Amino acid sequence: MTGAEMVVQALKDNGVQHLFGYPGGAVLPIYDELFQQDDVQHILVRHEQGAGHAAEGYARSTGKAGVMLVTSGPGATNAVTPLQDALMDSIPLVCITGQVPTSLIGSDAFQECDTVGITRPCTKHNWLVKDVNDLAGILHEAFHVATTGRPGPVVVDIPKDVQFAKGIYTPPQTAPRTSYQPKVQGDLEKIKEAVALMADAKRPIIYSGGGVVNSGPEASHLLRELVDLTGFPITSTLMGLGAYPASGKNWLGMLGMHGSYEANMAMHDCDVMICVGARFDDRITGRLNAFSPNSKKIHIDIDPSSINKTVRADVPILGDVGRVLEDMVRLWRATAKADKKTLYPWWEQIAKWRARDSYAYKPNSDVIMPQYAIQRLYELTKHLDTYITTEVGQHQMWAAQHYGFEKPNRWMTSGGLGTMGYGLPAALGVQIAHPESLVIDIAGDASVQMCIQEMSAALQYNAPIKVFILNNSYMGMVRQWQQLLHGNRLSHSYTEAMPDFVKLAEAYGGHGIRCDKPDELDDAIKEMISVKKPVIFDCRVATLANCFPMIPSGKAHNEMLLPDEATDEAVANAIDAKGRELV
Amino acid sequence: MNAQLQPTGSAYFIAKETEKPENHTLSVLVDNEPGVLARVIGLFSGRGYNIESLTVSETEHEKHLSRITIVTRGTPHVLEQIKHQLERIVPVHRVVDLTVMAQELGTGGALERELALVKVSGTGDARVEALRLADAFRAKVIDANTEHFIFELTGKVSKIEQFIAIMKPLGLVEVCRTGVAAMNRGRQGM
Repeated sequence: MTGAEMVVQALKDNGVQHLFGYPGGAVLPIYDELFQQDDVQHILVRHEQGAGHAAEGYARSTGKAGVMLVTSGPGATNAVTPLQDALMDSIPLVCITGQVPTSLIGSDAFQECDTVGITRPCTKHNWLVKDVNDLAGILHEAFHVATTGRPGPVVVDIPKDVQFAKGIYTPPQTAPRTSYQPKVQGDLEKIKEAVALMADAKRPIIYSGGGVVNSGPEASHLLRELVDLTGFPITSTLMGLGAYPASGKNWLGMLGMHGSYEANMAMHDCDVMICVGARFDDRITGRLNAFSPNSKKIHIDIDPSSINKTVRADVPILGDVGRVLEDMVRLWRATAKADKKTLYPWWEQIAKWRARDSYAYKPNSDVIMPQYAIQRLYELTKHLDTYITTEVGQHQMWAAQHYGFEKPNRWMTSGGLGTMGYGLPAALGVQIAHPESLVIDIAGDASVQMCIQEMSAALQYNAPIKVFILNNSYMGMVRQWQQLLHGNRLSHSYTEAMPDFVKLAEAYGGHGIRCDKPDELDDAIKEMISVKKPVIFDCRVATLANCFPMIPSGKAHNEMLLPDEATDEAVANAIDAKGRELV
Repeated sequence: MNAQLQPTGSAYFIAKETEKPENHTLSVLVDNEPGVLARVIGLFSGRGYNIESLTVSETEHEKHLSRITIVTRGTPHVLEQIKHQLERIVPVHRVVDLTVMAQELGTGGALERELALVKVSGTGDARVEALRLADAFRAKVIDANTEHFIFELTGKVSKIEQFIAIMKPLGLVEVCRTGVAAMNRGRQGM
């Protein structure tokens, strides 16, 4: 079997049905093999970054590995952004890159780059295959490494001569390499300790993250069971939305910089915090030395380097979230009291915080408020089989605040890296995996232009994605920070030449919709849903709306800036001199 | 003057480090495969950790295992992170903080040795003095002619530092050092 045949065979043996890619000189033998088979469908993107984000969206919405195939040199360097994105958000992504022939490596050959060198820090692991007889084993190992433990991206770099060379194909083996054995089962003693701590808690909170989604649907199910059993309030990171339903009665909303007031206040004042598959990111904690000062912290994570990285855990539990929650639920049932009355005062306090209605905004009958647009989008799509992706910026935070997620794997967003341009190709990937579902990219006018070329791919594959742009002509989040930190000097955050998105949609062969009146919004959204081809929806929103509530720089969770307090003056003075020194 | 400049704000929260940094010696057992050293040192540079000394060689040829000895400096919190970050690297089998292990064993510190080659050139009194001191340090002469010596010296880092300092006025030409090799006392392995 040739190396190229092995690649296709290994894809089949690892259950791959779709891969996203772009051909080029150094991967032509593999493309030739793809041409001669029907089991694996190749989706041709328009830019390698698009292939990566599409594969990420595919992975995040299915729980399977996303696969991308790109050529050497620029193909590989264009893949770097999605690789780092997948690394930070723990997305299983297998990237196969072509490389110049082995004999030319190091000679500055045409379209050569040091792919394994460039991608080493942005992958979980990578390989340069120098012998065709190693190829099959490496590909199987790549899938194993990408999908197990804390999932992440991997790169397999295959020189062109190895693709042509003949060798022996070995099927996937069950015995993994000895140096890589992620610990999945939690230490039972630690879990007992955690349950004891939880049973005595007066002001507990569950803080869940993307790890719950990554662990699989069973983990989300167990999380819901744990919340029901304990009666504890629950908040989640941006990445963890949907693991617990937004309609659940114990739901406090997202936490962090633009999280809800009640979630952040409860995090600050709690006495026991149960962190489930989250990593105390700096967008979550606010000022570290004021982060939840009086709580005992239980931290469940599969990655030992996440524990004690920024916040000390009193009870660290190393293991897969699903397995640990299973033990935790079982132990709670067996030992803990079922009396939820002790939590009444805590819930009363939370109700007071909730009454501040921190996601509130001033309604407007003349212009569409961006929050209103998301709310209407939610109301008109919540009964449907809907998947949401986003770009990065204000629209992303508004989507997280105002769109209610009921199930895991329904929300695809670039959390860790904050990659503008993620949402449109991610939507393509989701739509390929779920052809009958409604897939909406909630976008900003600036972000969407970073990977807008994938509209063309969406048309080619009849992927009827909906790109819902909250268009305010600004890089809204950049502008918001300039207002907060840089004396309202709006340096290059306004886009003076905006394309006509409706004509652009039509130019690609899609459908364009524009709406700038609140009373026309519902009909326009209904039109978007009913059109069975890719749509760009240019939703003209209030240009100067800002995203609140917000934990300003250098502040703690209990020092949030709330929308009703966010006057121009308060915004200008939100970050004091001390905060400004925190460069 | 600088007071007039408005300090820039930031989207990040940065806390001052309050713990004191310490030197620790780590032993890292890895699969000897291409790029493994680059992964380890890339981790250190990428995450802003320090490398004071680095030694690497294949130690078990049949299993293709290499042992990397790293002397690093950081606060206890950072040192714990370094250990866990190293453990995440796929070809890494084990990471042992020898300094912590020695504390647990109650042996004070790990055994640490370094080898140095020291070239000294000179004539007359300086030459005689260099040879006399080398003898006191139990350095071996491995090459010589009438105008130079090359000494081979093994010992603790402090001894080698001292020897080099002494040789400086006596005609020190160049030094080559291996970096620290280390293991713990007692019968138990890493």
